[in-house]
Amino acid sequence: MQIQLNGESRRLDGDSTLAQLIETLGLAGRRVAIEVNEEIVPRSQHAQTQLAEGDRVEIVHAIGGG
Amino acid sequence: MTQLKQDTPLTVAGRRFASRLLVGTGKYRDFDETAAAIEASGADVVTFAVRRSNLGQNPDEPNLLDVISPERYTLLPNTAGCYTAKDAVRTCRLARELLDGHNLVKLEVLGDEKTLYPNVTETLAAAETLVADGFDVMVYTSDDPIVAKELERRGCCAVMPLGSLIGSGNGLLNPATLALILEHAEVPVLVDAGIGTASDAALAMEMGCDGVLMNSAIAHARQPVLMAGAMRKAVEAGREAFLAERMPRRADASPSSPFAGRING
Repeated sequence: MQIQLNGESRRLDGDSTLAQLIETLGLAGRRVAIEVNEEIVPRSQHAQTQLAEGDRVEIVHAIGGG
Repeated sequence: MTQLKQDTPLTVAGRRFASRLLVGTGKYRDFDETAAAIEASGADVVTFAVRRSNLGQNPDEPNLLDVISPERYTLLPNTAGCYTAKDAVRTCRLARELLDGHNLVKLEVLGDEKTLYPNVTETLAAAETLVADGFDVMVYTSDDPIVAKELERRGCCAVMPLGSLIGSGNGLLNPATLALILEHAEVPVLVDAGIGTASDAALAMEMGCDGVLMNSAIAHARQPVLMAGAMRKAVEAGREAFLAERMPRRADASPSSPFAGRING
């Protein structure tokens, strides 16, 4: 399955939930926020959110800025 | 005689802050310097940006929010880098998720990369959407008194005109328009952008601004931690001078020592 992750194509092996993707990326427990297809997916729903072919996923965090 | 001015804490959307200096977290050498400068600034409100996470590279690297603790500071996510209302609204929603529902944001929608001047039409549109969505919106804007009032009418909880271009350090280039904004505003007015050194911050506060937000003036000083302390004092001094109400200007001299009893009298 192919998704767009932070603007780049990414291949996932088989089905994946958002929580599994975060785990694979080493971001479990990190302070991030996630959008799928421009809609926020609250942290509480990561485990139930099944990713689908072509989903556009954005994972963001806080950085220095003014 | 009008009443003497009394100080009250800066209050933005019902939140009270002891310090009237708000600071950014960009352009520092490292997180240690960021933390030390913010500590020295005495700021309560600290702004940060939202960006895509670096995937696959050092997922264990320290996170800004480990350094600037949400328990200690009021975090103010900003929409720096957004050029459309849509991107700014998305960024605010991501920030609210990032901070577990915290709804205070700094809205800025920029016009172009050379000036980073606010795009006022996009800013107005974004402000309306964000307020309707339950955000408390502190808004970066041009120093136009009409636009400031329009943003206030759309429900923004603070209006933050630029003193001069973001990161330019040119200070307050148009104090006359800032004075007009201050005269008519019914929400806090903070100068956001353009502060270069302590006297710029002091001047903004002496004019009656409710606060000052800065980043580069501290981070790009040769000694940021020292400058952070200078800015804390400048904002306090400017505020006290505003409350004290300065002496009237006069054309002629007025001796401070008594005329009578001079030895040459």
